[in-house]
Amino acid sequence: MWCSGCGIGVMLGAMLRAFEELGYRNADTVVVTGIGCTGKADDYLVTHALHTTHGRALAYATGIKAFNPKLHVVVLMGDGDSVTIGGNHFIHAARRNIDLTAIIINNFNYGMTGGQVSATTPGGSYTSTTSWGNPERDFDICALAEVAGANYVARETPYHGWEMKELIKEALNKKGFSLVEVFSPCPTHFGKNNEMRQTREMLDWLKEKGLPVEQYRKLSVAEQGNHFAIGKLVDRDAPDFNTRYEEIRVRATAPEGIGGRCEAK
Amino acid sequence: MGREVRLVQGNQAMTEGAIYAGARFYAGYPITPSSEIAEECSKVMLKVGGVYMQMEDEIASIAAVIGASLAGAKAFTATSGPGFSLMQENLGLAVMGEVPCVVINVQRRGPSTGLSTKPAQGDIMQLRWGRHGDQSVIALCPATVSECFAMTVTAFNLAEKFRLPVIVAPDEIVAHMREAFSLPEPGEVEVIDRKKPSGSPKDYKPFVADADGVAPLAAYGSEYVFHVSSSMHGPDGYSNNDPANAAWRVAQLHRKIEMHRDEIVITRSFAAEDADVLLIAFGATTRASRAAALELRKRGIKAGVLQLITLWPFADREVATLADKVKTVIVPEMNYSGQVAGEVQRVLGSGADIRRVNSYNGEVITPQEILRAIV
Amino acid sequence: MMGKKERYEIILAGSGGQGLVLAGIMLGEAAVLEGRNVVQTQSYGIASRGGLSLAEVIIDWAEIIYQQVQEPDIILALTEEALEKYAALAEKGVHIFYDTTLAKRRAGANLTGYPFTKIASDLGNVAAVNILSLGAMTAAVPMVKTESLAGVIRKRFQGKVLEMNLKALQKGVELI
Repeated sequence: MWCSGCGIGVMLGAMLRAFEELGYRNADTVVVTGIGCTGKADDYLVTHALHTTHGRALAYATGIKAFNPKLHVVVLMGDGDSVTIGGNHFIHAARRNIDLTAIIINNFNYGMTGGQVSATTPGGSYTSTTSWGNPERDFDICALAEVAGANYVARETPYHGWEMKELIKEALNKKGFSLVEVFSPCPTHFGKNNEMRQTREMLDWLKEKGLPVEQYRKLSVAEQGNHFAIGKLVDRDAPDFNTRYEEIRVRATAPEGIGGRCEAK
Repeated sequence: MGREVRLVQGNQAMTEGAIYAGARFYAGYPITPSSEIAEECSKVMLKVGGVYMQMEDEIASIAAVIGASLAGAKAFTATSGPGFSLMQENLGLAVMGEVPCVVINVQRRGPSTGLSTKPAQGDIMQLRWGRHGDQSVIALCPATVSECFAMTVTAFNLAEKFRLPVIVAPDEIVAHMREAFSLPEPGEVEVIDRKKPSGSPKDYKPFVADADGVAPLAAYGSEYVFHVSSSMHGPDGYSNNDPANAAWRVAQLHRKIEMHRDEIVITRSFAAEDADVLLIAFGATTRASRAAALELRKRGIKAGVLQLITLWPFADREVATLADKVKTVIVPEMNYSGQVAGEVQRVLGSGADIRRVNSYNGEVITPQEILRAIV
Repeated sequence: MMGKKERYEIILAGSGGQGLVLAGIMLGEAAVLEGRNVVQTQSYGIASRGGLSLAEVIIDWAEIIYQQVQEPDIILALTEEALEKYAALAEKGVHIFYDTTLAKRRAGANLTGYPFTKIASDLGNVAAVNILSLGAMTAAVPMVKTESLAGVIRKRFQGKVLEMNLKALQKGVELI
């Protein structure tokens, strides 16, 4: 179970409704989780599931999808899993454009272990390991996914549950690496440490800061600094890993002479 | 016409062994002296309908291997010291989640990045104890190119049969040497596949062991929908914090190896029956020891060799039986700390006189080094 | 020319990039073609070019137990560093072939110097120095038949490279 006010439940509900609406079956679906509050999600699921080590969920999922491209493989991670300890796997999964859907709950700190700083904790914020404020800058997960090569990138907050489900559906339908980042309240730790002890205050904070992407893009750079974009941020159709691998296989298995590069000996 | 005999490298023979055993997924990160395995797999997997992936690091490599295995593949990776260290945490998941997989760790001279092109046998304890959290694996150590092939097939068979990671750990000299080798025909060497579930999918529990200590394993995508977890789990794979369950599970992971110990432990002996001097060796050290033993016989000293092909679980019984009959036990190995000698000492008792021969300069151990310890 | 033996131990020494490991493999493959047991090993540093690089080959009708050369019959030294390391063995009866292009000339029994690198270069491909040297060595010491080596070369190479390598092999044989 999660704390009252946490966004993971909203995300999980949106994901399951997306599965339902897309007709996913438990037998064709694998949900891979990491470690942390979000990593608990698999215990509430009845699809195929793999609960993995901290930060490595995408690498496990890569093996599953690469070997059996027919499976729907969905990876649930927190900000610690995805871009702090697991940052390297994140950029390479996006670069490979492997057909996985990553759903990241970003609650700006390590909730399960007592509210320590993460790579997405805003600079200056207070956590249990930045008692005088965070000296480091935070990652923009969506921007990272975009430059690394993801085909689909979206962001949403639990304030907009229906929109979140629609974005997750688009992400699931998209061939190639897709990401939905969910900014989530963590009233228990991040909120408590940063004067937003009530869930309501954290949700208001997210609601006020989050602007639909079209609106966000019209702001000046200075104004953008006070906000973040929500909605679909990237949508493109570069070929995914498995498609490209099968193209290469055609060369490797072609009769001698028409297979492209011949084999070195 | 006879079967084709080729000059084959140890790394190539391990790759051919993996393909022969049915491996159809390889994920790895290149590292000397194992890279030839990655290079060969990158070509052959495309041809046999499998998948080769070069991952971003060794952590991701073993993770992808485990993922692919759960999707139904016979899967493996190859690495050396530094990469093997990086794999340890996720190898623990393969133990905990009972996921069949094979890891080839070509041992090179450390510590740290050490002498990357030079042989060593310094990872013996890491093979067994490298992971946190009190668990067992199987580790095999070939000494010839033919054994590289055969032990890789065996590694897959044991991994599939007992649902666990099996490590093949040649030293650099064995992995890089070339010898005459002929590939067995399909069917000539036994190949074992994992037990699949039967019965109603809704009753399937991936961690309810049969009488042999091993539970059937479905594949992701099958109607037998299942859950695997690195965390403590019950028979259905879901989180379970009950102390009785935890105690049963921890013990079961060890017991399934102990139960089948006789099938897993492989040793060979050379002129050991009437020996007064017993050399206990593994990997390349076996060859230097056999040469040393022959020289000793020429000099009128009855010497024999016990080769440990299975390093873990340790061949306690075989060592004790043979050592009991001899006057002198010698353990030559390419490490400083006498990692196998320590095990032999444990088996024979702290009072037993065991001569250690340790070579750790990055050069191959020679028969002369061993002879100097005796004569 | 040396008489035929049951077992040969060969060291090919030089610098990384001279194709010595490949020469060792081809020599080994030629022996395998003749139905003999072979162990080929190598020793080199971490760089792809430069540094002392060694390939060892043992050819035997019997099982080869220890995999390293212990009593070499014949040594190829393609650099001064390699020759320096092994020259003293000539006095003990080891046939040493060395490259006078890259190593200083030395006088003495069992020391045979040819400008292998220069000859290969004059033939049009310095990379063929390994095969050229093998040709000379197998002509002097019957470790394997020249035809077996030619068979290995035909299997490994095609087109112009094949022609060049066969020419280099023949040129090496003619040196003796």
